[in-house]
Amino acid sequence: MSDSQIVLGRVLPLRSKAVGRRFGRTVKRFLTTDAAAWIVPVALLLVWQVASQLGLIPSNVLSAPSDVIDAAWRLTLNGELLNNIAVSAGRAAAGFVIGGSLAFAFGLLNGVSRIGEKLTDTTFQMVRNIPNLAMVPLVILWFGIEDSARVFLVALGVFFPIYINTFHGIRTADAHLVEMGRSYGMSNWELFRRVILPGALPSIFVGLRYSLGIMWLTLIVAETIAANSGIGYMAMSAREFMQLDVVVLSILLYALLGKLADSVARLLERTTLQWHPAFQARRKET
Amino acid sequence: MVDDILVRALLEEGLHPLDDREPATREPAASEPDLPPGGVAITIAGLTKSFGSNTVLHGIDLEVPAGQFLTVIGKSGCGKSTLLRILAGLDQATSGEVLFDGVPSGRSGHVARLMFQEPRLLPWARVIGNVEVGLGARRTLPGAEDRALAKLAAVGLESRATDWPSVLSGGQKQRVALARALASSPNFLALDEPLGALDALTRIEMQGLVEQVWREQGFTAVLVTHDVTEAIVLGDRVVLIEDGIIKLELDIDLPRPRRRGAPEVAALEEKVLRHLFSEGGYVERRAVA
Ligand SMILES: Nc1ncnc2c1ncn2[C@@H]1O[C@H](COP(=O)(O)OP(=O)(O)OP(=O)(O)O)[C@@H](O)[C@H]1O
Ligand SMILES: [Mg+2]
Repeated sequence: MSDSQIVLGRVLPLRSKAVGRRFGRTVKRFLTTDAAAWIVPVALLLVWQVASQLGLIPSNVLSAPSDVIDAAWRLTLNGELLNNIAVSAGRAAAGFVIGGSLAFAFGLLNGVSRIGEKLTDTTFQMVRNIPNLAMVPLVILWFGIEDSARVFLVALGVFFPIYINTFHGIRTADAHLVEMGRSYGMSNWELFRRVILPGALPSIFVGLRYSLGIMWLTLIVAETIAANSGIGYMAMSAREFMQLDVVVLSILLYALLGKLADSVARLLERTTLQWHPAFQARRKET
Repeated sequence: MVDDILVRALLEEGLHPLDDREPATREPAASEPDLPPGGVAITIAGLTKSFGSNTVLHGIDLEVPAGQFLTVIGKSGCGKSTLLRILAGLDQATSGEVLFDGVPSGRSGHVARLMFQEPRLLPWARVIGNVEVGLGARRTLPGAEDRALAKLAAVGLESRATDWPSVLSGGQKQRVALARALASSPNFLALDEPLGALDALTRIEMQGLVEQVWREQGFTAVLVTHDVTEAIVLGDRVVLIEDGIIKLELDIDLPRPRRRGAPEVAALEEKVLRHLFSEGGYVERRAVA
């Protein structure tokens, strides 16, 4: 009995040290997982909640997260929330698909063809320098306050990041690899598909992710100026009725939807660019 | 007159003047299913290349018999790469011609490949995909992957077939580039310092590999190198380019495989180096002129 006590006494400190080390390692491993990215947002929410309850943040300045959740629940029950999200997401997607595919097509065309570049690039560069939202009055005159106006604005907004980065990616194709492909008898099409386009993908993804940000930004503004549905509309009408919680909810929704779109783009990027050393390193870690 | 003296000087040195060797023909192994392509005889006549006012090659004349391993040395900037690129059809000569088996190289139908100084692998294709690039149009035929794998095996990398190029070492990348060149069954393979960036040990290993695949496949090889020893160990013949012309040709009749430390190799190396760095040849020629 006394023997085992001595043993315990000797072993325990060692063991607790080992446990501590293992705990440290677990924490470290957790910090490299995807979940860790949410530590800071969640902590911010907690601080915000506590500060609201203590009265540090007056409720007419910013609603407490719990109030926002209440509002979300209320609007979910009457169907408004889902409806507005669906409407906004639909507009964002439509604008993105239209603007993005045009941008991609023109980026490719002008990237491979000097004539195409001569004919269109100057125009694009001029239009690009017009602030997107300066077009709003004109767009309202053209389309009224229909959905097509908002889709047009989104399409215009996402066009340039994708166009410029696609164009750039194609133009900066590795001349050495192109020469190699030629010397091995690749046809123009093969050269494009197997050498030039894959090389341009990292740049195209930069444009894609950037344009997703612009997509939401443009949509928010378009929806707050003139709309009768959508998240932006929800926020604006809530303002009229002094429903601060709904306003905050709308803003948080944009943040979440933006993050969602970015995550999808990242996932695409990670699967398409497996060959890229930057993505290989990340794959090995996890 | 000038040439006579030069030729005599070369003979005294034990060096051969131009064009004195018969083609070393080799029989194609007809029984093999994947027939080695066999080499092509190359004739270079009055080849001149200028970039604007800068004339880099001043009328090169050279015969390379089918299946010969020719090594080219010369100081940096003397036009070695330019010569290889023209031979491989990547650049056009300003004047003069290149004949493959007597036919202008562009129309001869022979496969000429250039192995670059850098591996130039497609980073987004796996190792096996990169080797398949060499198959060209045959890539879509059945059995293409087996062919590619066989070439990969020839350079000892069949176990890395599904790796991305970015995880390979420099020497391994060059071996993949070699496998890709082999996959295209070249009749002529030009090698532009492909081993220049490798460490000494890997380099020796790669030299052995290049020599081995050359013997197996029988293509005509022209290798550019900065390394005189490499030129002597690998070449049936060494040519030295200087001032845009061929200043020296030297047949290497040593049995293969050659040992780098062997006294015969060292003696030849000494000879070439002496020629490279002595101004003697110039003085003699100027005195005559
Ligand atoms: N595309 C080009 N345009 C203009 N000048 C060129 C071009 N390519 C080569 N040159 C010139 O031709 C000369 C020979 O170049 P080349 O690359 O053939 O030399 P090199 O013998 O291969 O040298 P190194 O051993 O350093 O590789 C150099 O003076 C170079 O500046
Ligand atoms: Mg060179």
